[in-house]
Amino acid sequence: MLLFTCPNCGPRDETEFHYGGQAHVPYPENPADLSDVEWSRYLFYRENPKGVFAERWVHSTGCRQWFNMLRDTVSYDVHAVYPMGAPQPATATTQQKGA
Amino acid sequence: MANTAELTNAEVLGLRRSPAGHLADDFAKGSTAGTHGVSLRELPFQSMVGVRVDPGSDAGARVAAVTGGLPASCGQVVAGPAGLATLWLGPQEFLVTAPADRQSGLAPDLVAALADGAGQVVELSANRTTFELSGPSARAVLEKGCAADLHPRAFTVGTAITTEIGGIPVVLWKTGDDTFWILPRASFADFLGRWLLDGMREFASVEGTPWP
Ligand SMILES: [Zn+2]
Repeated sequence: MLLFTCPNCGPRDETEFHYGGQAHVPYPENPADLSDVEWSRYLFYRENPKGVFAERWVHSTGCRQWFNMLRDTVSYDVHAVYPMGAPQPATATTQQKGA
Repeated sequence: MANTAELTNAEVLGLRRSPAGHLADDFAKGSTAGTHGVSLRELPFQSMVGVRVDPGSDAGARVAAVTGGLPASCGQVVAGPAGLATLWLGPQEFLVTAPADRQSGLAPDLVAALADGAGQVVELSANRTTFELSGPSARAVLEKGCAADLHPRAFTVGTAITTEIGGIPVVLWKTGDDTFWILPRASFADFLGRWLLDGMREFASVEGTPWP
């Protein structure tokens, strides 16, 4: 069982949270202008890195707020928890992203 | 048409059934006194109103004037006038509770306070019931199914958190050194009541004899 630190509520069990997929995927500015290929890229294509990954999580049985988290997909270490809309913080192991 | 939200409606009061009313006898039988004792009972029909408002806004200030203030962070409970208590559920989400016998309209007061401000006020009295788990072993029973840190150092008297017990979402409110109020949604009350009874069983046992 993982222990995640909600920015509002502090450390809680993983089961109190829900996963929201990759963070920092902006909604296209003009969706109508996209080709089918570009639209499908936006809808369905996500990174699958071995290492640090920026992801969205929601504390669904707690404060019901969304936040971003940098999680290592190999070690499950949580490197950072930061608000929605904030830029991704740099970490010592960020270079592994996508490796 | 009968106003079903009006608590002075005697006909409605007589028809009310609490979500764990059918377990009252089991709760009484499963409770034990003594140095390792733990007791469970339902405190039915607390008034509850869900409020969503930005505490920094004008509407938030008007709501706070009714509730006696709004809690600012996770765990905080603000005591208000006439037995009101306001629990922090999120940065802009609160649960206002009042004793079951409160006669005046809590929700209408809060609706009037919110007025045309951004947010919502929802009468939730039928949404959750209240269990009281108390006694020297109460914390040990909770810790069988709740992973939040319940040590008195971290979870102090007069604070409340939203968390999970036995896999179901609840509001857990520490009202005394050995007393916890647990607010499950009505449809989970039967499950949670039986879950807690199961956790209480070992404390009723006498050394050297089979479990009751
Ligand atoms: Zn939270």
